[in-house]
Amino acid sequence: MSDIIKNGLIQPDDWQVLRLAEGEAAADVALPAGRIIVPLAVWQARRDELLPKAEAGVLGVWLAGDEDPFALEADLPALQLVAVDFPKFADGRGYSIATLLRTRLGYGGELRAIGDVLRDQFFFMLRCGFSVLQPSEGKYTTAQLEAALTSLKAFSNPYQGAVDVPEPLFRRQTRTPLQKDAA
Amino acid sequence: MYRYDEYDQRIVDERVAQFADQTRRYFAGELSEDEFRPLRLQNGIYIQRHAPMLRIAVPYGNLDSRQLRMLGHIARRYDHGYAHVTTRHNIQFNWPKLEDVPEILGLLSSVQMHAIQTSGNCIRNVTSDPFAGVAADEIADPRPWCEILRQWSTFHPEFAFLPRKFKIAVNGAKQDRALIQAHDIGLDLVYNEAGELGFRVLVGGGLGRTPIIGAEVSAFVPWQQILNYCSAILRVYNLHGRRDNAYKARIKILVKALGVEEFARQVEAEFVHLKDGPSTLTQAEIDRVAGRFDDPVLEPLPQDAGYRAQLAENKAFAAWARRNVRAHQVQGYASVVLSLKPYGVAPGDLTAEQFDAIADLADRHAFGEVRNTHEQNVLLASVREADLFEVWQQARELGLATPNVGLLTDIISCPGGDFCALANAKSIPIANAIQDRFTDLDYLYDLGELELNISGCMNACGHHHVGHIGILGVDKNGQEFYQVTIGGSQGNQASLGKVIGPSFAAAEMPDVITSLINNYIDNRHEDERFIDTVRRIGIDSFKTRVYAERTARIEARETANV
Repeated sequence: MSDIIKNGLIQPDDWQVLRLAEGEAAADVALPAGRIIVPLAVWQARRDELLPKAEAGVLGVWLAGDEDPFALEADLPALQLVAVDFPKFADGRGYSIATLLRTRLGYGGELRAIGDVLRDQFFFMLRCGFSVLQPSEGKYTTAQLEAALTSLKAFSNPYQGAVDVPEPLFRRQTRTPLQKDAA
Repeated sequence: MYRYDEYDQRIVDERVAQFADQTRRYFAGELSEDEFRPLRLQNGIYIQRHAPMLRIAVPYGNLDSRQLRMLGHIARRYDHGYAHVTTRHNIQFNWPKLEDVPEILGLLSSVQMHAIQTSGNCIRNVTSDPFAGVAADEIADPRPWCEILRQWSTFHPEFAFLPRKFKIAVNGAKQDRALIQAHDIGLDLVYNEAGELGFRVLVGGGLGRTPIIGAEVSAFVPWQQILNYCSAILRVYNLHGRRDNAYKARIKILVKALGVEEFARQVEAEFVHLKDGPSTLTQAEIDRVAGRFDDPVLEPLPQDAGYRAQLAENKAFAAWARRNVRAHQVQGYASVVLSLKPYGVAPGDLTAEQFDAIADLADRHAFGEVRNTHEQNVLLASVREADLFEVWQQARELGLATPNVGLLTDIISCPGGDFCALANAKSIPIANAIQDRFTDLDYLYDLGELELNISGCMNACGHHHVGHIGILGVDKNGQEFYQVTIGGSQGNQASLGKVIGPSFAAAEMPDVITSLINNYIDNRHEDERFIDTVRRIGIDSFKTRVYAERTARIEARETANV
């Protein structure tokens, strides 16, 4: 059970992220009971077995930074949860993967940031289309997470378009040239 | 100068608040050293040899007098009374306290300045031609495009954690003065055959450990699409650039690994999906951004007779004008380079008093505007010819009128081992020793244009690869040595220098430069620059001369000691 941020609120969450341990194979790893997010390799190896669970909303798939989101293209309509892993918070591939899932692949379900998810990156993650932010378990106290909610809106009117607001500032607001004194 | 509107100001203010909170959490132990590092870096703070170093963004080099006075104030109050102009137009303070930085950022915000993305693995300060908007050979003013790129890249959520740092430069003139071939993205404003404005796009240039000249990935991107095209480049890089080895993580390594054609194909494959999307630029937006530059409206003036008379009468003034005054787009005006390379001073350093004095000078004679150059000098972009004599007199009093711009002693140098934790060797004492050797101005004029660049390590902040003579500090068993290259060049014919041979001890450096210069003098054709002689005859005779004279010096010393 860990806390996640969803819709701007802190919520308890019981999804488990399955990571293959050394020696475990995608084809026959034991799946824990309850709601789980499996690695792409497990999904690809056991798609027929897992598809009903995905459609029932109790199984999601996570992508690693070096995995191509287009590998999930055909499956996205069936998936209600896709997660993108940040192996280290400074590894920014996940931002492009999320952007591609939302803009190019049209994925509309839950998109979850997992792994080394830190509060100082929440703003960027939301802008790239993540709908759920899941810091690693025990990373923050509830009080710290509550304080972090303010950083979701660290910048009230960002310059560039992104997934959350596709239009850049100059298309959203009327920005004016300088009022110059007549010479 | 670009003047902020309410949105620009709010973003900078929000950044100040954000960083103040992050710093507070760091001191409270809520943020680990590793977690805080990229946050402070993206606010320009390095942990250096003596103290944190704070690098302040000077977007495409533009500053006004109010900002200069604030920098002077910060130098006095939070530093040791001086600052350093970098080779990417920025200003560095070497001695601030980390706990003071939020307050300093607040002061900067009050004069429309910041330290956003001046370091870290993100899109850095966009650089350009210091003569933008006034250069006689300008095709199109690059500054509005730089500003548009600055806004687009500021807190770009998809590109905030790239594999490595990312530098963009824009050139808008016939002669490239922005070093676009040595940038991750180099943008060259061009008109196509139909007379439409766009950008020639170079990718994968860079100095550092693996110096590479950028390759053209598109001959023409229409201006409307430039943000879309840059996004495509950045996305390919963000997804596929190496993250396993920081030394191989720059985009140039990816371009080399894929080959330019394959890289360009991948960019194009992304670009087709971004083209004509919401980030497509409009004429109204270009006009608005251009309209927020409060450039003086300059009416052509008759050529100033007094100026010409002073040139004829005063030899020292004429010498200064010849080296430090440049042609302007508008008749009756000129651009003035204030040299930050007097002898015996760290190249590119400015004292608090000089900040204030330059601000006064700019207010009186240059419409309150100055620019930093990547050669680490300061430019007054628009000065009336009639004012030049007075500007010279005042600049001389300030120690800013050394008539050596573009000459051997106008040395580009990084702060080196005296300040920088990354450096293998000191840079400033080498620069000063060479300046001490070549003090005769007539001799320097006779040598003509000669660029000497010094970096204290292979990160190449001193741009040594593109110096006509380049000096690189290297570490040999804990000792400081210097490797010499010749034949490097910036500009349209950018080239990387070639190493002449084994490295030298610090004390040998002035003699090594003398040998190179003497070989040039013996071989040059009339009016041929050092770089052109090297290109014509190659590096071999230089090499032979340097090492033969070195051996002779060592033998002479040994004989003397017998």
